[in-house]
Amino acid sequence: MIRYVVKRLLIMIPTLLAVGIIMFTLMNFVPGDPAQLALGSGVHTEAEIEAKRVALGLDRPFVVRLGEYITNIFTKFDFGKSLIDGTDIKWELMKRFPHTAKIAIFSIVLTVVVGLPLGIYTAVHANSAGDRVSLFVTLLFDCMPSFWTALMLVLLFSLKLKWFPSSGAKSLIYFVLPTIANSLGGLAGFTRQVRASMLEVVQSDYVTTARSKGLPEREVIYGHALPNALIPILTVIGMRFGSMLGGATIIEVVFSVPGIGQYLVNSINNRDYNACTGGIIFIAFTFALVMLLTDLLYAFVDPRIKAQYVSSNKKKVK
Amino acid sequence: MAEELKNKTTGHHGEGGHDGHGKGKKAKRRHHIDASIKPGSAKYVWASISHNRGAQFGMIFIVLIIGLSLLSPYICRYEYSATDFAAMKAWPSFKHLFGTDDLGRDILSRVLYGARYTLVIGILSTVLSAILGIIMGAVAGYFGGAVDSCLMRFLDLFQAFPSLVLAMAFCAVFGTGVDKCILALGITGIPGFARLMRANILRIRNMEYIESATTINCPTWKIIARHIIPNAISPIIVEIAMSISRNGLASSSLSFLGLGVQEPKPEWGQMLASTRNYIRDFPYMVIIPGIFIVLTVLSFNLLGDAFRDALDPNLKD
Repeated sequence: MIRYVVKRLLIMIPTLLAVGIIMFTLMNFVPGDPAQLALGSGVHTEAEIEAKRVALGLDRPFVVRLGEYITNIFTKFDFGKSLIDGTDIKWELMKRFPHTAKIAIFSIVLTVVVGLPLGIYTAVHANSAGDRVSLFVTLLFDCMPSFWTALMLVLLFSLKLKWFPSSGAKSLIYFVLPTIANSLGGLAGFTRQVRASMLEVVQSDYVTTARSKGLPEREVIYGHALPNALIPILTVIGMRFGSMLGGATIIEVVFSVPGIGQYLVNSINNRDYNACTGGIIFIAFTFALVMLLTDLLYAFVDPRIKAQYVSSNKKKVK
Repeated sequence: MAEELKNKTTGHHGEGGHDGHGKGKKAKRRHHIDASIKPGSAKYVWASISHNRGAQFGMIFIVLIIGLSLLSPYICRYEYSATDFAAMKAWPSFKHLFGTDDLGRDILSRVLYGARYTLVIGILSTVLSAILGIIMGAVAGYFGGAVDSCLMRFLDLFQAFPSLVLAMAFCAVFGTGVDKCILALGITGIPGFARLMRANILRIRNMEYIESATTINCPTWKIIARHIIPNAISPIIVEIAMSISRNGLASSSLSFLGLGVQEPKPEWGQMLASTRNYIRDFPYMVIIPGIFIVLTVLSFNLLGDAFRDALDPNLKD
């Protein structure tokens, strides 16, 4: 088991390094002069721009800057300073992360609480009327762009019914609509994944065996089929949670929630490439971390993966 | 090991998310198809798709929206960019079927003309990622070894981001506009096709007919082009339909965020972004373009599902 954890950790490090290097390099070749951007609009003399360039350290060779940037990230978790207002990007991201995390946690809870029972129900009662309705509704939700769903929710629940506020992040009630809007599309996909996974398992041999030895149907579904169907679903949940932690960008923009996603969009629109690179690398970090945890949990839950490592260990000993 | 492999394919199927529409439904549909048509043939696929009600809807809507979009300069009473300050924010009426926006532009003309952007971006970005992804996947799967590892590790980097964030990053690098948007979404989609193709190739590589081709000294490129690709194509077709719907949705999302197609071009997501401040008093401005996005995405999804059912190897027994 420890071997698996170590191996998984070792794979993560070069990936993150490469992500950092590629993002920094790409952003370096974006047209536009960072020094000019940092000085703001208006006419500046050559000397002023040159001085700013030296102040930002842009006069040094590319490789030196890249090395410094990567070292700062991996040793101090320091993403540098914003080009536009000179704020520390790390603190800006940290300030925004709790909002994004709240939306992500609420959304994943809502998705699992609604999607899991619905997926199991539709798989067990495949082709029933309830299944057909659920398939149709989830397909429809799957095709709705999240910004449109969000706007429709605002129209109905905050403008017409006046139940929930439509923008801001002052208290928990402000997160109700963003959470629902963020979950609906994913919920549809999730329900169908649970259904597909469950259907696959229900048709497998050991379920037939369980049935033929006379177990009650309840026991067959919840004791034998469900635990096996849940294993692939775990990865799906992890991936969804990971990408939500990277900022539900569109939802944050629609509901004016000051989260990571909104920060990223603003920095791209303001051509603040330092902030943009920092934000993207930060998202890659959180995503990688969640995927790591998911994989570890996966290995912990699925005895087959555990067995694989135990047996290979034994072989080594021999 | 076999157990684990099986489990992995299950997981993959699950991630696809459109798996299994129920055996009964498929069986029922099969009755419509003439028994003399061989499963797996192009004729069978067509027969199966044309009997699928979802696919019928999808095809009709796609043909309709493409036709109307191409004809829109001739059939619409107003030009999509023509502002009319005498008729600003007009509710839907016989004069303006879908009403007008904040600058008095006819929403019907804009929506129909705007279909071009969603479709062109969705289709061309899919073509881009399919071509590059198929080549990379085929090469990785066929040669295996170091080539495979290098290519797959490289594509793993793409998987380090949620896909919308990756597309946003490319948009930040390339800039805004239709062509940049196609490029950004096209690159973002490469790993999906490459992985699918690689898995296919690994399955096919060990088949006997490949061995026979190798024995008679068939050149490598010919084996790939003549034997492997045609046999690996059916999951790719399904993925193409799904990718068009996904990328159409993504292009609207990017434009909504101001990173894709820009004013005054009437891309649907961009239309929503520019009129969403009027949602309180003029909700039709936001509702109508959204419905068109949903219907277009739904059409390609239904078509993809129908292809999946028609090409499902489980039916070819």
